[in-house]
Amino acid sequence: MKVYLENLTKKFPSRNKKDPTEVVAVDNFTFEIPDGKLIGLLGPSGCGKSTALNLICGLQKPTSGRIFFGDDDVTGLPPENRGVGLVFQNYALYPHLTVRQNIIFPLENLRGKDKMTKEQMYAKADEIAGLVQLDGLMDRKPSELSGGQQQRVAIARALVKMPQVLLLDEPLSNLDARLRLQTREEIRRIQKETGITTVFVTHDQDEAMSISDMIVVMKAGVLQQIGAPQEVYDDPVNLFVAKFLGTPPISVYSGSVKAGKLYIGDEAVMNVSGVEDRDVTVGIRPEGYILDENGPLTCLLNRVEVMGRDISVVSTHACSLSEANRSIISAENRVDTAAGTVRFALKPAKVFLFDTVTEARIPFTAK
Amino acid sequence: MDNQSRKGWLYLLPAILFLGAFMVYPLIDVFIYSFEEGYNSASQTHMGIGTYNYGYILRDPYFLQAVKNTFILVVITVPLSTGIALLISVALSSIQKLRHLFQTVYFLPYVTNTLAVGLVFMILFKKTAYSDGLANLIIGLFGAGPIDFIDGPYWAKMFVLCFYTIWVVMPFKILILTSALASVKQDYYNAARIDGTPRWRIFTKITLPMISPMLFYLIITGFIGAFKAYSDAVALFGTNLNAAEMNTIVGYVYDMLYGNSGGYPSYASAAAIILFVIVLTITCINLLVSKKHTHY
Amino acid sequence: MNSVSYEKIEKSAAARKKILNTVVYVFLGLWGVMVLFPFYWMLLTSVKSYGSYNAEYIPKFFTLTPTLQNYADAFTAVPLAKYFFNTVIFTLATTAIMLAVIIPAAFAFARLQFKGRDLVFTLFLSLMMIPNELVIITNYTTITNLDLRNSFVGLILPSVASVFYIYLLKENFAQIPDELYYAAKVDGTSDWKYLWKVMMPICRPTVVTITILKIIECWNSYVWPRLVTDDPAYYLVSNGIQEIRENGFGRENIPAMMAAVVVISVPLVVLFLIFRNKIMEGVARGGTKG
Repeated sequence: MKVYLENLTKKFPSRNKKDPTEVVAVDNFTFEIPDGKLIGLLGPSGCGKSTALNLICGLQKPTSGRIFFGDDDVTGLPPENRGVGLVFQNYALYPHLTVRQNIIFPLENLRGKDKMTKEQMYAKADEIAGLVQLDGLMDRKPSELSGGQQQRVAIARALVKMPQVLLLDEPLSNLDARLRLQTREEIRRIQKETGITTVFVTHDQDEAMSISDMIVVMKAGVLQQIGAPQEVYDDPVNLFVAKFLGTPPISVYSGSVKAGKLYIGDEAVMNVSGVEDRDVTVGIRPEGYILDENGPLTCLLNRVEVMGRDISVVSTHACSLSEANRSIISAENRVDTAAGTVRFALKPAKVFLFDTVTEARIPFTAK
Repeated sequence: MDNQSRKGWLYLLPAILFLGAFMVYPLIDVFIYSFEEGYNSASQTHMGIGTYNYGYILRDPYFLQAVKNTFILVVITVPLSTGIALLISVALSSIQKLRHLFQTVYFLPYVTNTLAVGLVFMILFKKTAYSDGLANLIIGLFGAGPIDFIDGPYWAKMFVLCFYTIWVVMPFKILILTSALASVKQDYYNAARIDGTPRWRIFTKITLPMISPMLFYLIITGFIGAFKAYSDAVALFGTNLNAAEMNTIVGYVYDMLYGNSGGYPSYASAAAIILFVIVLTITCINLLVSKKHTHY
Repeated sequence: MNSVSYEKIEKSAAARKKILNTVVYVFLGLWGVMVLFPFYWMLLTSVKSYGSYNAEYIPKFFTLTPTLQNYADAFTAVPLAKYFFNTVIFTLATTAIMLAVIIPAAFAFARLQFKGRDLVFTLFLSLMMIPNELVIITNYTTITNLDLRNSFVGLILPSVASVFYIYLLKENFAQIPDELYYAAKVDGTSDWKYLWKVMMPICRPTVVTITILKIIECWNSYVWPRLVTDDPAYYLVSNGIQEIRENGFGRENIPAMMAAVVVISVPLVVLFLIFRNKIMEGVARGGTKG
């Protein structure tokens, strides 16, 4: 099922009595979620991504705008009529029911032609339990399960009625680091097997990048960029998106363009054409640095961290806007740690220019 | 004894003295009293040891009347008050506007003097030479004849007593249930809504099991409280409850101890112990049932 | 499905919600009236004159000629002021002594290490199960034998002990991190000083709650005062009101009786309105009626 959001806006009345301006949690969203894809809704906490999720599933009503499932306008529809499944951040498993009872709970609500017999429900529950690998745990209470198992029960409960859209709210945030890796693969696999259009919310860019078909980056209620993860990473529309994606983070310098050359400090580091003379903010991805004895960018060497396959060079620069810059280079290179400085050449595709005020991307061609 | 221990006991001393003198000693003593036959409170002597006191009160029509009254009161008021309180609490939890005001108003009876407000109930229900009273005015609207609820037929009096008792215990139950309901996380309701769960099913399958520990706590304390009913009855019918046929077990204990028919601490003790045994039994049954039905 | 049927679903859901909401408010409003009506009736009757009250065969829901005469009567014809004063003394003394007893006890259970502590605490807890009715008989004989009937000492002493409040305070004390105690010890603070300078300020909310709950309990106590006082000079308000009902005012002066009821109800209602949240929170944490 394709999901389409049209000018979707959600405002909350201010809780602060002194400042009665409304809080805009979701500001004029328009985008389409293609059928059968896994979408990551990504942003720092408080950016309105959970609100967006609640709007899609119908727990909250939009202030304005419309929501379409396929060709049907579901904006005013209560959640139970939308055919969505929702996995809560803390799972919301009913503590007094067993795993099986939890999973069949949504089925017991079906009425009319959809009504199922107990046997049908159990069969369905077993089928879903097999999909999320819960076999053998069906008669336990949620309190007897580990965090990862509880998560899988929550997913099973959301999937059992075959929703048109599956929504997951921070599905991995309550798991430890190792389980998180494992569970995100799991989610990807389940989504692939069922083919259900899935939207999940996260503040962890790593998580979103690794499993999504498409990511939606949000900031303070405003949609920043939509696209395939690699596409957004390689071609961020503004400084926020560039900074939010990628580990280690992008390094940022203040620079300027003069006569087709990009200057960081007094050094001309790169040729840029198609940009008028102006001050710019420069972002360089960690993998955009090339170790070069004669490279144009000279940094003060802090330390070198060896990570096996790669080495990470931590350095500072007078024009740097971040505290320290990390560059990732192949471990085949040798860095002279005794030297006070290190010189880099830059890969043009990994260098982005932004407006110093609006932070919007400035396109250029490298020559 | 080392210094630290001495200090600890010193801090505890006042509490131990008070509790020892007015709780532990009396507790032992009441058993002794109840088995001392023919105790004379003036000379503080007794004639023998035995179960005569128990036998006496179990044959005393006033005691049997008190037991009957108490059981009727318990059987009527505990389920009714708990049920109504649950309804009110669920209604309260479903609203936003005026909720705080309602909560405050509903709690008011808790802080009022039972005896004093009981007088108001008495005049509302009493039929006098001057007036039939407000309650009769209202039932008159439905064509029923005036009934004297205070000095009239047994069931009329029992009705007022139950009515007032429920009015008095309601604040506590509403308070406990609203806070129990508030502690159920919103996520559970959201999850149920998304699955299209009908309201009634949400209530029976999610809300009730989640608040069941608190509900059982209320039922247990409700039973204990109702078995100890006394001052509500005094407020409505005056201190001479035996004459009004409205005495309760606790009332019987006090009457045996003091007042016109008083001066028999042995009978009072025996009655108090019988009450204690009844309450203990009911509480144990309640606990067993609740163990079976609360899920976590 | 098409958008028309969606609209229908949406509309019927909204309508159902509206009806339900109305039912809920009407129901809550009814119970509100049920709770408030006796209070209204008591105020109303207390300002009706004796003559006009008795002339109303059908009681009126308002009065056009309110009078304060009944309040004057309540204070002059019966010793209401005396009852009131007795209750204030009884309540303050009992509450103060209780605090003096339970604070050190709770401190000892929560903070001090000594032999037998846990055993004594368990014994204390088991005392919570003992109903008052069981021990009141012996207390009555004790106070009578000590010739303490019709005295404040006899009224107050057996009302002091309160295992539940010791338990409540101990739990609160125990929540204070140990580090604070060790830090104070390192600085050479005595236990006594630590209790009053550190623990008490931190646990003030609980102490205030306990104090208020005990005040309510004392103000409304009836059974014990009734047993040990038969001299009206020592009556508390509860017994006073019963006395007024049975022998006061010489005749059935209900408006004056209601005036007395208003007078003895007002202090607690005011206390409640001021400390509403504290009281409700304290009761929710495990208080029971009486």
